[in-house]
Amino acid sequence: MSTRLRFEHVTIGNGGRPLVDGIDFDVAAGSVTCVIGPNGVGKTTLFRTLLGLVPPIAGRILLDDRDVATLRRTAIARRIALVPQSYQGDPGHAALDVVIMGRTARIGLFGGPVRQDEVAARRALDDVGMADLAGRPVGLLSGGQRQLVLIARALAQQAEIVVMDEPAASLDVGHRIALLRRVRAMAASGLTLFVSTHEPEQAFEVADRVAVLGPGARFEIGTAEDILTAERLSTLYATDLRLERTVSGRRVLVPAAPGHASLAERGSDAGPVPAGARPTAPMHLKKELET
Amino acid sequence: MRRTTIVVIGLSLVLTAAVTIAAGVGPYRIPPGDVIAAIAARLAGEDGDPNIATVLFRVRLPRIAAAIAVGAALSGAGAAYQNIFRNPLVSPDILGVSAGAGFGAVIGILLGLPVVVIEALGFIGGASSVILVAAVARMLPDRGNVLVLVLAGVVVGSLASAAISFVKIIADPYEQLPMITYWLLGSLSGVRLSDVLVVGPTVVVGLVPLFLLRWRIGVLSLGDDDARALGIDVGRTRVWVIGAATLVTAAVVAISGVIGWVGLMVPHMARLVVGPRFDRLLPAAILMGAIFMVVVDTLARTLARIEIPIGILTALVGGAIFVWLLSRTRLGGWRQP
Repeated sequence: MSTRLRFEHVTIGNGGRPLVDGIDFDVAAGSVTCVIGPNGVGKTTLFRTLLGLVPPIAGRILLDDRDVATLRRTAIARRIALVPQSYQGDPGHAALDVVIMGRTARIGLFGGPVRQDEVAARRALDDVGMADLAGRPVGLLSGGQRQLVLIARALAQQAEIVVMDEPAASLDVGHRIALLRRVRAMAASGLTLFVSTHEPEQAFEVADRVAVLGPGARFEIGTAEDILTAERLSTLYATDLRLERTVSGRRVLVPAAPGHASLAERGSDAGPVPAGARPTAPMHLKKELET
Repeated sequence: MRRTTIVVIGLSLVLTAAVTIAAGVGPYRIPPGDVIAAIAARLAGEDGDPNIATVLFRVRLPRIAAAIAVGAALSGAGAAYQNIFRNPLVSPDILGVSAGAGFGAVIGILLGLPVVVIEALGFIGGASSVILVAAVARMLPDRGNVLVLVLAGVVVGSLASAAISFVKIIADPYEQLPMITYWLLGSLSGVRLSDVLVVGPTVVVGLVPLFLLRWRIGVLSLGDDDARALGIDVGRTRVWVIGAATLVTAAVVAISGVIGWVGLMVPHMARLVVGPRFDRLLPAAILMGAIFMVVVDTLARTLARIEIPIGILTALVGGAIFVWLLSRTRLGGWRQP
């Protein structure tokens, strides 16, 4: 894999209204870039710009030294795949048919899918563990299964860059953990991934680099360690937040509730924490805290 | 063999049977065997029974060919509109295309113009309507909602109806007005072979782009961003599809008048048989539409002593089926399986 993807002084925006400027970085093949930022800051717009769906207001995005904005739709689709936030199509489509639609850029203008396309689609469904449900209408699948169908569609597209727009947003804890593992596995297989998320902790688990789109049109990028500090996150989400380490060493983000000492402080200063006195953490973190 | 292939072969056989029977039914009865023999003789260049030949080749078969063209065109166009508007409740008549095409065609009738020109005027009227409907729906805040699109279609359709009423007022009450009124109810009774020779090829030409773009039309049902991310030039594809679907609608409106409901009902019946994938849906919808129109037109000319306008028959069936569809549809979008 020798894909070179480069953002050159890009300003993104909607309908001519700039949202974030100064986006300037290189993306390594086989890396995972997490994109975080509060609602409405432009995460989806960044992805739509990368996919050539909206033009950048300034700057350019170079894919192997060619400006994405000048590439034809099929040329982009062969290189960059989108896993949308949710499935908006006809719920009557069979899962397999939705995945075969991922092959569109490899199907001639006047053609239809051939056996080879169906084979690729079945393999992609098998990769995400959905082979058994190939014939089931998407409308009858659970939210998590539908997400897997969309990921399979991106795999069937055989693009080297995969853009996932808040893939974990509607998933329960089990599916979310499975998804993060899948993201790592996809990167290990050589794919370059962009994943936006509302939960910065996830960035610690999967991201090689974290891009922050902040209010006031700020753009920052770096490793999770450097970028995801409690101060920056507190500013970003306009809430007093604290990063804490669990017993197993993972970092979790918790609100700095007045009157409650943080886990870390209790852990270091006050000895073992009595079970009943633990600060309230969101449900999906509790399991983690107790291990 | 794929299920779709079996369905297409089966429907083709049903259509052949329907044509053979329909050709024999009427005041002058011809047994199916004689129909086949007469057609075989004509194909071999021989003269069969002259009475049978006259009835078949000058009266019934042109009319049956027109019914096939009308059913195929309205159903194919309906399936295409439903896919690109991502909306199970749209059809040429609901989008105002039929009324718009009707207005164009009525002007052509008023001026006594030839069928080709009536077709062209119908196309201009139909295309203006669909563009107007899409523009109106886009201006409204809740633009993704099916109801908005349907209501925009109602608005544009009633505008076209008002225009048609105006034409009726200025039309000659003894010659043109009865013709226009009868034509607006939808009927194939006045169809001549020369009409079929103009409209048939137009329908074929219009259906070709839908066939060629069948896969891409299907992918458009995922929504604009998804379809574009999968490599489709959405704007250009949509223009071709709307153009082609409007062309076939206008072409058949020019000979048959405004026949409602077919373009809405038949694609749904086809969906029940072959599923929602457009490349499978299109051939099934076209064949089922052709069968449906051949049957309905045969009933229209044989049920009663006078011809019943087809529009009346399709409205009877279509109204009931539309209510049934509404009961199974979320107004926000696609029907749940």
